[in-house]
Amino acid sequence: MAFKKSAIPFSGTPKQEEQLREVINRHKDDPGALMPVLQEAQEIYGYLPIEVQQMIADAMEIPLEKVYGVVTFYAQFSINPKGKYKISVCLGTACYVKGSGNLYTKLQEKLGISGGEITPDGKFSLDACRCIGACGLAPVLTINEDVYGRLTPDDIDTILAKYN
Amino acid sequence: MNVIKTIDELNAVKAKYADVVGTRIEGKENGVRDVLVCGGTGCTSSGSMKIIDVLKEEIKKNGLEDKVNIIKTGCFGLCALGPIMIVYPEGTFYSKTEPEHIPEIVEQHLKNGNPVKKYLYAETVNGDEIKSLNETAFYANQHRVALRNCGVISPEHVEEYIARDGYQALYKCLTQLTPDDVIEIILNSGLRGRGGAGFPTGKKWMLARNLVKDADQKYVCCNADEGDPGAFMDRSVLEGDPHTVIEAMAIAGYAIGANQGYIYVRAEYPIAVERLKIAIKQAEEIGMLGDDIFGTGFKFHLGLRLGAGAFVCGEETALMTSIEGNRGEPRPRPPFPAVKGLFGKPTILNNVETYANVCQIILNGADWFASMGTEKSKGTKVFALGGKIHNTGLVEVPMGTTLRTVIDDIGGGIPNGKKFKAAQTGGPSGGCIPAQHLDIPIDYDNLIAIGSMMGSGGLIVMDEDNCMVDIAKFFLDFTVDESCGKCTPCRIGTKRMYEMLEKITKGKATMEDLDKLEKLCYYIKDNALCGLGQTAPNPVLSTMRYFRDEYEAHIKEKRCPAGVCKSLLSFSIVKDKCVGCGLCARNCPASAISRTDYVAPGKKLAAMVIDTQKCVKCGVCMDNCKFNAISKG
Repeated sequence: MAFKKSAIPFSGTPKQEEQLREVINRHKDDPGALMPVLQEAQEIYGYLPIEVQQMIADAMEIPLEKVYGVVTFYAQFSINPKGKYKISVCLGTACYVKGSGNLYTKLQEKLGISGGEITPDGKFSLDACRCIGACGLAPVLTINEDVYGRLTPDDIDTILAKYN
Repeated sequence: MNVIKTIDELNAVKAKYADVVGTRIEGKENGVRDVLVCGGTGCTSSGSMKIIDVLKEEIKKNGLEDKVNIIKTGCFGLCALGPIMIVYPEGTFYSKTEPEHIPEIVEQHLKNGNPVKKYLYAETVNGDEIKSLNETAFYANQHRVALRNCGVISPEHVEEYIARDGYQALYKCLTQLTPDDVIEIILNSGLRGRGGAGFPTGKKWMLARNLVKDADQKYVCCNADEGDPGAFMDRSVLEGDPHTVIEAMAIAGYAIGANQGYIYVRAEYPIAVERLKIAIKQAEEIGMLGDDIFGTGFKFHLGLRLGAGAFVCGEETALMTSIEGNRGEPRPRPPFPAVKGLFGKPTILNNVETYANVCQIILNGADWFASMGTEKSKGTKVFALGGKIHNTGLVEVPMGTTLRTVIDDIGGGIPNGKKFKAAQTGGPSGGCIPAQHLDIPIDYDNLIAIGSMMGSGGLIVMDEDNCMVDIAKFFLDFTVDESCGKCTPCRIGTKRMYEMLEKITKGKATMEDLDKLEKLCYYIKDNALCGLGQTAPNPVLSTMRYFRDEYEAHIKEKRCPAGVCKSLLSFSIVKDKCVGCGLCARNCPASAISRTDYVAPGKKLAAMVIDTQKCVKCGVCMDNCKFNAISKG
C-alpha cells in the first residue's frame, strides 16, 4: 500500500493534545493499549499524521517505527486527513456483483481523485470499503452517516449535488 | 436491576418478563400491541430510525402510549424488504415501510385493529386472509437456533433475554456440571467452529483445559472480526442477541478455567459495538459477569477490543497479535493457541455464531443438537444470502439443506428472469459452485469436496451477467490488498496471480499463462503461512474447474461471454433496427457515434454507426437506446 504524504499541514490544537494525553493515561496500564489509543486519537484528530504518532510514541515509550507500523497495517487508520464529506463505496462481494465497481469509477472521474485521496478544496474524500452489511440495499455507498442504496452510476450526480 | 445471585431471583425476572415477550412468541393477548422495528444495520441503512421517530409521534397523537410498545430489535433476516416492522400479537409483517405509511398504520391498525394490507409484505396477504411471518416461504424453510432471539427480543434489555431462558445455561454449568461435563456435552453435540475451518469446538476446549495444567492465566476470545465481504451473520447475532455470546463465553471460561475474555469486533460495525457495550454493562450490573457469579465464586470478566480493518485478523494467531497491540500478522503454529495464545497464555478462540449455539446445547442437550444436520456436520448454519437474489438477507437452515432450497425456496430465486450461473460460498477463501451441484447437501465436507468451503457463511448468488474470470480477479484484488506481507507465497504470489488474471481479462493472455496460473495456485496453497494465503487461490481454482470455457473464451477468442470485461467488449449498432433518432450520439461522451447514409427499410432517418477506434466502451449508448439497436459482444 502506498501512502502519499498529505500536502495539508498539521494543525493540532492544545486542547486536542490534552485530550490525547488523557486517553493515553487512561489506557496506560491496559495490556495491548496501542490499538485503543490510536483509535481514540483518530477520533480526536480525524486522522493520524506523523506528529500525532510521535506524541503517542513519546508518551507511551514505544518506538515511533512500531507506532507507524501499526498505523499503516490497518485500513481504518488514515495518515491523511479526510474530507468534510467522506464518501465510501462498498466493494464487498454482494455490492460488487451488483455493479458497485462502476459507482466507484464514476466517482473517481467526477471528483478527479483516486481512492484514498481528498479533493483539493478539502470537501470530499473517497474510499472503498468492504461490506458495511447493508447487502439488501446493494450496491451502496455512504457519505458520512448517510447511506445510499440500490444505486446506478446515473444517481451519482444527484447525490453529489446534495452536498454542493 | 439488582444483582442476581440465585436461580429463584433469575426465575423471578424470567416470570415477570415472560408475558412481555410471550405476546410476541406465542401470540398471547394482553391488550397491548408490540411493534417491533428492525434496528439492524440493513434496516437502519434504509431508514428504520426515522420510522421509529414517526411512530412515536403518531402514537402520542392518537393517545396510544399505554397500548403500544415500540421495540427496536436486531435483524429479522429479510433485509431486502427493509425497513421491516412487525406488529404483535397478530404477527403482521410490514415491509419497505416509509415514514408516510405510518399515520395510516397507527390509526387503522394500532388504534382500530385493522391491518393496512397494502403496506404488508405481499406474500403474507391472500385475499382477506393475512398470513403470519412464519408461514412465508422465506421463514417456513428455516430453523433458527443461533438466531432464535434475533428480531424477537430487544437486544438492549437483558430482562427480555432472561425471559427467553437467558443465563439459565450458565447457572446449570456453574451449579450442576463440572468443567469436564461441559466439555463433554459440547464434544458430543458435534458442534464445529462456524468461522470457517470447522474444527470441533469441544475438542478445542478440551485441549485448552488439559494441555497446560498449571497456567496462572487463560483466556477466552471471541472472533467477531467478520471480514469476509458479503457476510454479516456475526454482526446480526451481536446486534440482535448480544447476551447469548456473553453467556456462552462465560461458560467457555468455566470449562477451560479462564476468568478473562475478549471480544474482538470490527470497528466498522458501530451498532454491534454499541449493543455489546450495553450488554456487557448490564451483565456486570446483574452479576452475570464479575467476581462471584451466582454466588459460586466463579469469576469472569469480559473486555471489548475493536479491530481496525484487517481481514487477516480473522486468523486466530493474527487476531491475538492484534489484541496485544501489534500489526495483526499471523505466526506459524505450533505452538497452538491452546498452549500459547494471547499474551503467551493458553487461549481459545471461537466465532460469534459458534458461541450463539452453546447455551442452547447446554439447555437442550447434546443429542438434541446432534439430531440436526448431517453425519459430520451437526446443527444449523446461518448464511448471509446476497447478490442476484430476491430475498437478500439472513437465513438459518439445518446442515444438509441443499443450495437449491436456500436459493429457490427461501431466497425466492433470481430476479429479472435471469439464469443462475454460480453461488459463491466462503468469500475470498471459497469457491464458486455451478448449477450441477445445486442439489448437494451443504455441509463442511461436501463443500470442500466440490472445491469451495463453508467459510463464515457468505452466500453470494451470481447470474449469467457475471463474468467468472472477473469475479476471480475481484477476490484476488481483495487478497492482494489484505495480505499482511509476512510470507512470500502470499505477498508476491497473489500479486502475480492478480496480474495474470488482469492479462486474461484484457485479452492479452495465452493458454500457457493459464497453465502457469494453475501451477502458481497450487504452489501458494501448499506454501503460504496462514489460512488467508493457503485459501487465496480457491476462487481461481474453482472458477477454472467449472468455468474453464469462460477463461478460454477470454484467451482464445478475446471475448467475454458475460459482457463484463471492458477491454474485450465492442459495441455496434444493428443498422436495420436503428431508427436514426440520434439519442446515442448526443449522449456519447467520446463523440464516437455518427450518422451513416443508410436508411433501414421502414425507417425515416439514416442509421447511426459507432467508431470503434473512438469508443470508450462506457455503454451509455446501450442504456439510452429505446429500440434495442445496440449490441454488445
